[in-house]
Amino acid sequence: MSDNSGNGTGFDFEITLDGEKVGVRRGESLYEVSERHRKEIPTLCYDPRLEAFGGCRLCIVELDGARNPVASCTTRAESGMRITTRSARLDMHRRVLMEMVASENRDTDVDPLSGYASQEMAVLLDRYEARTGRFAGARSGRSRPDDDNPFILRDYENCISCYRCVRVCAEQEGDYAISVMNRGFETQITTEFEGLLGDSACTFCGQCIQTCPTGALADIKALANADVPGETEKTRTVCPYCGVGCAVDLMSRGDKLIGVQPAMDGPANEGALCVKGQFAFDFVQHPDRLAYPMVRGEDGELHETDWDTALDRAAAGFTAAVEDHGRHSVYGVASGRAPHEAAYMMQRFIRGAFGTNQIDNCSRA
Amino acid sequence: MSNPLADMDKPDVIFCIGTNMTECHPVAATRIKRAVARGAKLIVADPRRIALAEMADIYLPLRVGSDVALLLGMAHTIAREGLMDEGFVADRTTEGRDFVEHVLEYPPEWAESITGVDAKLIAEAARWYAKAERGAIYYTLGITEHICGVDNVQSLCNLALMTGNVGREGTGINPMRGQNNIQGAGDSGALPNNYPGFQDVLDPAYQAKFAAAYGREVDLELGPTKVTALDMCGDRIRAMIINGENTVVTDPDREHCEHALRSLDHLVVIDIFLTETAQLADVVLPATAWAETDGVCSNTERRVQRLRKAVDPPGEAKPDWWCVSRIAQRMGLKGFEFESAKQVFNELCSLSPIYAGLDWDLIEHGEYHWPVPERGHPGTPILHEGEFENGRGIFQMIRYRDPAETISEEYPIWLTTGRRLPAYHTRTQTGRAAGIEYLLSEESLEMHPADVSKWGLEDGGWAMMSSPRGQVRIKVEANDRSPPGTVFASFSFNDVPVNFLTGGGYDPITHTAELKVCPVRVEPA
Repeated sequence: MSDNSGNGTGFDFEITLDGEKVGVRRGESLYEVSERHRKEIPTLCYDPRLEAFGGCRLCIVELDGARNPVASCTTRAESGMRITTRSARLDMHRRVLMEMVASENRDTDVDPLSGYASQEMAVLLDRYEARTGRFAGARSGRSRPDDDNPFILRDYENCISCYRCVRVCAEQEGDYAISVMNRGFETQITTEFEGLLGDSACTFCGQCIQTCPTGALADIKALANADVPGETEKTRTVCPYCGVGCAVDLMSRGDKLIGVQPAMDGPANEGALCVKGQFAFDFVQHPDRLAYPMVRGEDGELHETDWDTALDRAAAGFTAAVEDHGRHSVYGVASGRAPHEAAYMMQRFIRGAFGTNQIDNCSRA
Repeated sequence: MSNPLADMDKPDVIFCIGTNMTECHPVAATRIKRAVARGAKLIVADPRRIALAEMADIYLPLRVGSDVALLLGMAHTIAREGLMDEGFVADRTTEGRDFVEHVLEYPPEWAESITGVDAKLIAEAARWYAKAERGAIYYTLGITEHICGVDNVQSLCNLALMTGNVGREGTGINPMRGQNNIQGAGDSGALPNNYPGFQDVLDPAYQAKFAAAYGREVDLELGPTKVTALDMCGDRIRAMIINGENTVVTDPDREHCEHALRSLDHLVVIDIFLTETAQLADVVLPATAWAETDGVCSNTERRVQRLRKAVDPPGEAKPDWWCVSRIAQRMGLKGFEFESAKQVFNELCSLSPIYAGLDWDLIEHGEYHWPVPERGHPGTPILHEGEFENGRGIFQMIRYRDPAETISEEYPIWLTTGRRLPAYHTRTQTGRAAGIEYLLSEESLEMHPADVSKWGLEDGGWAMMSSPRGQVRIKVEANDRSPPGTVFASFSFNDVPVNFLTGGGYDPITHTAELKVCPVRVEPA
């Protein structure tokens, strides 16, 4: 086994993965190396943005020399390790684990609008043919229908205690708003003093919703659109609020905007969002939106009209100003909320149509 | 920002001044929180005990508008204690010697007398920042919305230059921009002094370039800023076109602003709602909104990203660029025959040196930070590596000035304004998003409990707040986030129009209003 660092591969050493030698960077877990080689190891408690937790045990792999399978997410790859990601024994373990996980929950299938990761459990139940009901019986988690917040559904009867919500809130958001109490079947995700999210340190960023693998925590605003007909389409764009530039996936059905999910590979946000980016999207389809041009009539009021009339009126006003008062009688203000093309066209209009530098944007106030 | 957002995880000392990042740029703040959890030291300077201050290793609770004094005191400590990066200063800056002499006049004890911050804390913060392997500065409008906004920024640059905390990973001078494309509006040339790509309108070479590109003579003089233009309305300026800005609510001194717009012969507003500003217009054109518009935006780290249309707009709403170009066509002008956002953006790239290496298709995945000077260039995540664009970094001899208005017997309380997490600006958008009301339903005046009793007020009761320009009725919220003698409110709620009060002064260079400082009187209402 040679040390490959500095030889241009970017790898520090090798392991044997399902019989094939593969490169590893120092510090990588067995799971991370396997993911790079698309081994599709199942997980429920894993979120690549968070510290590995080793809670669900689904990611077990066979390690030569170890008596029992090891959790690949928490085991660091070491030079010369030989691991196997698929075997009859592993499949059997994983199936039993999935049967047990499913037995704890009221629902095993939730609406995909619940959140980004909400289908993870259902997909694995199918993959391991684990919908047997073999362990039906005790369930864990008490839901919180008393929490009247308009954003985050707290349906803990569908909770599997993977702690992803608790960890994303602490590690990714730094808010520490939610925590875990009790053990075993009594395990409960909660807030300080078992209160409402609104009374906790929660900022309603929605990260817990998006990492939940069962829909126990779910997006109330998106679910309110569950009955809108049509297929859900996702469109990658950038949040309309502050200047951080978080990438989001807009969810729509036909011409109805139904929700927002963070882009996990968004270059500026890497999956993070805040309450505005996550939930304040529906202003777009508010009935107050202007839909038709308006011009001020002789009665002093604004009246809806057609584009021809409005554009002619807009143009005439500028032409008259320039004829009567010269080219420096005109001024343009561009927006910091509209795209480049809007600002560029505004300055092109002011400079190119009138020959004046009387153009600014809204950044001074 | 001189450095990318990803660098926020990397400094060992972070200096945040005038930025309430957890509320105004929450996702960027998560990176600061992670850096602090990893062991980075955090210095926070802010008049209010904001969430970042609670997290800080050193919190510098300075009096509003005293930033220059604080930063001079820090520079003094760094110079006096020999903590300057002499190599960096020698190789990459000028005026260093004069600067050291200048700052030696301003010891931290002097800074304490202006800022109210313990001199020992000022000196300690300076030492931490100077000794950092990677020291990074982050700031927002708490630095710029002052009559000395430019002085504040240059004072921060001085600190970075004297310690060599610029041009490297995890360092830099990093303004957090407040709107999703405010950076892009400037990049695209919507400025009175710059063509697209920050090309100086007074430079004859650029004048010739744009005269050729637009097929007409160009203006050889600087245009006035918007603030000055509002003063000229009804006089020199007779016709105005405003795109997507609720000027009368966001700008200081609302009465003056409304009067200015009413005195125009012709006002065209392009917007998505009938805002307070649109209600004053002669012609209102309905624009397509976010989620309905294809386009491009630049974020605070100069990353150029695509905005994409997901749904159709209501009725006959049209993209902003379409509205403007069609007005030009109706005026009988040639050269405005654009048919797509792509075509508009590609013309911008062809005329802007910072976008010369980009086009619509290349920015598909948003991996470029401008400047991208030619095709094949990887972009520039970190500015000023190796050298500054204009050669050497120049130290500026900045002196402290009082705010435009200072507290008096008649107006004995400092008002500072800002934003709150669930609301965005004048709430034209967040006020129309379901559920946001649950988190924030009304504006209130944040006032220290000692002040609440001192001025005969009650927590939850009503107060009348006045400045020389007007008065507003506002509910009192006793909260020790604001120190005694200083109160805070946002300008988000139209029924509490705080900007009727603000507007005592403007920065002489940028014309940015002193929205962060306004002496007021608060009485029971």
